[in-house]
Amino acid sequence: MRFLFKTDYAQDTRLFPFGGTKRFWSGLALYAAILVALAHYAPVALTSTHWLGLAIVYAVAFGAVLLRQNADGEGGHAAFWYGLLGVAALSAPFVLDLYFLSQITFVYVYAIAGVGLILLLGMCGQISLGHAAFMACGAYTAALLQAQGFDLLVTLPAAILLSALLGVVIGLPALRMTGIYLAFATYAFAFIVEEVLARWDGLTGGNMGFVLSDPSILGYTFDSEQKMYYLAMVLFALTLLAGLNIRRSSTGRAFMAIRDSETAAEAMGVNLAVYKTTAFAISAGMAGLAGAVYAHLLFFISPEGFTILLSINLLVLAVIGGLASMHGAIFGAAFIVVLPQLISLTKDSLPPVVGQLPGLESGIFGLVIILFVILEPMGLHGRWMKIKTYFQLFPLYKRGTFRRQKSYMVSEKNR
Amino acid sequence: MTLLEVENLAVHFGGIKAVDGVSFGVDKGEIFTIIGPNGAGKSTIFNLVSRIYQPTSGRIRFEGKDITGLPAHRIAGLGIARTFQNIELFDMATVLDNMMLGRHAHRRTGPFAHLFFGPATRAEELAHRRKIEEVIDFLDLQHYRDQMIANLPYGVRKVVELGRALCTEPKILLLDEPSSGLNVEETEDMSFWISDIKNILGITVIMVEHDMNLVNEVSDRVLALNYGRVIATGTPAEVQAHPEVIRAYLGGDDTETEAA
Ligand SMILES: Nc1ncnc2c1ncn2[C@@H]1O[C@H](COP(=O)(O)OP(=O)(O)O)[C@@H](O)[C@H]1O
Ligand SMILES: [Mg+2]
Repeated sequence: MRFLFKTDYAQDTRLFPFGGTKRFWSGLALYAAILVALAHYAPVALTSTHWLGLAIVYAVAFGAVLLRQNADGEGGHAAFWYGLLGVAALSAPFVLDLYFLSQITFVYVYAIAGVGLILLLGMCGQISLGHAAFMACGAYTAALLQAQGFDLLVTLPAAILLSALLGVVIGLPALRMTGIYLAFATYAFAFIVEEVLARWDGLTGGNMGFVLSDPSILGYTFDSEQKMYYLAMVLFALTLLAGLNIRRSSTGRAFMAIRDSETAAEAMGVNLAVYKTTAFAISAGMAGLAGAVYAHLLFFISPEGFTILLSINLLVLAVIGGLASMHGAIFGAAFIVVLPQLISLTKDSLPPVVGQLPGLESGIFGLVIILFVILEPMGLHGRWMKIKTYFQLFPLYKRGTFRRQKSYMVSEKNR
Repeated sequence: MTLLEVENLAVHFGGIKAVDGVSFGVDKGEIFTIIGPNGAGKSTIFNLVSRIYQPTSGRIRFEGKDITGLPAHRIAGLGIARTFQNIELFDMATVLDNMMLGRHAHRRTGPFAHLFFGPATRAEELAHRRKIEEVIDFLDLQHYRDQMIANLPYGVRKVVELGRALCTEPKILLLDEPSSGLNVEETEDMSFWISDIKNILGITVIMVEHDMNLVNEVSDRVLALNYGRVIATGTPAEVQAHPEVIRAYLGGDDTETEAA
């Protein structure tokens, strides 16, 4: 049956389907190198607690890599790189200064919402300009419940559930509309949510905003930048895992079916209404989670934080990161965190006519999105895959490898 | 035993009577072919049976049960699978994903469970994966498992679409022009597969086909359609000798109406 490359079906249901052992061992050396580098360059003196923590982290990462390998030593390769990434991420609070650390924390938070949007737009093919509203819903739910004395165990699930419900409502137009019409419909809804938040000041504090305190869980309080960093990181990892799980199960396949051909999806038994609504619910739930963490990071939320600009930022994130892959969320999130800072850095050295232009940032964002859609529709992750393939196939790389074939006209499809 | 029964089926698009009072029955285990000139309404009949189009009048019964009012997404679960004249695959997904979508109607776990991909989901995925491997072996698709549809040549896509339909474990299979766009060898393979689908897998087949060699090789009964109306039914030889059929194919678009 399966003579070449693969040995069992379980491979296809794995999180990391392909792998090899080669780099696993070279990776060992890298782990060691990081360890040494940490000891030398860490800005804080590493105490024995730090070392213990790091040792546990490394042990867990190694264990994960070893566990993922099957008898043939497959599967360890991708897992190894994830492990390495995990270790780098876990060690960041020891080596980075607080400013950078908080920036990465924001990257995680945007990436949480980004996974949701990539799931909706990239996987299911449904656009949304309403994701700011879902983040707002999550943020206010978390804030209001925290004010009632609940901890994260209550506030986060509540934020996710309420946002998912709102997602179902906002997703309803998706049952009848597509493309630009859907974009407008979701935008209109998001606008309503923003207005409600501003007007219902008895509950939300209106435009004056709402102040939060440090989040806590079972009496443990996240009262430092480092702790918030870890919180956001873990939540991002869980969200990414959930997204990848959806991707490798029948729900994710149903989403892709809807994206590629609604007619064929129905013929396979996919209930379009149910699955489009589900896609909106999951996506909104993830955005809601991001909103809740966002609120705790900022300590202060107001309706101005959740305008159309945020929705567009998230859209930029998804398109830049790459709609074809969940991992792209982290690239995209890094992009939307870094770009505004780059712009404000260069602003002063630009001639004032350009530098002081109102809407310079939105303009550049728009331009970037257009360039990406035209030149790199698979996003940064797609670019990375191409570079990787180029080196793997090195002497044999064909120029047309990634070119899409033209197919027949869509209007002809049902006949 | 009649598996699928169509009674006085009609659908009008504005002024066009695409299907105009068609009745036929398909017996369990046979290969039933619909022929007719372009625009005769053949694909429209398929779209009516798979509930993509709403009939203006008439009934469709499957295993004695009236399915005329069912939504399109319930059809696969009943055991009716189809292919499309111009191939409707999920282009930005792999062959495996496409075939796994054929298993959609057989899923037992829901989206909430899928977020966690627990043991039940994993077991189910493996079971489906094993099932589609049978189809992959049957159609010799081993080389293409992980390829994206958009990168496959037309002939292979056609086979993948057939495979996806087989993955639903259908009782009846609707094939819309299975050989169109295929070269001579590919058409021969298709012909063998269609016979095997009937003889080995025991699946009833309704097919729309223009290639008369293929029609003669595999069909048990043939129905000829013109301007949305049945003009002849019978064995392949009978139908091809029918004067009305010859006129429909040779006469082009002459305006004389057919004898009622
Ligand atoms: N959705 C539709 N809207 C309008 N006219 C249609 C539609 N589908 C099919 N038709 C018309 O019905 C007639 C039969 O089409 P079809 O069933 O595709 O023919 P064929 O026998 O070649 O498969 C044609 O005249 C076609 O234009
Ligand atoms: Mg047709």
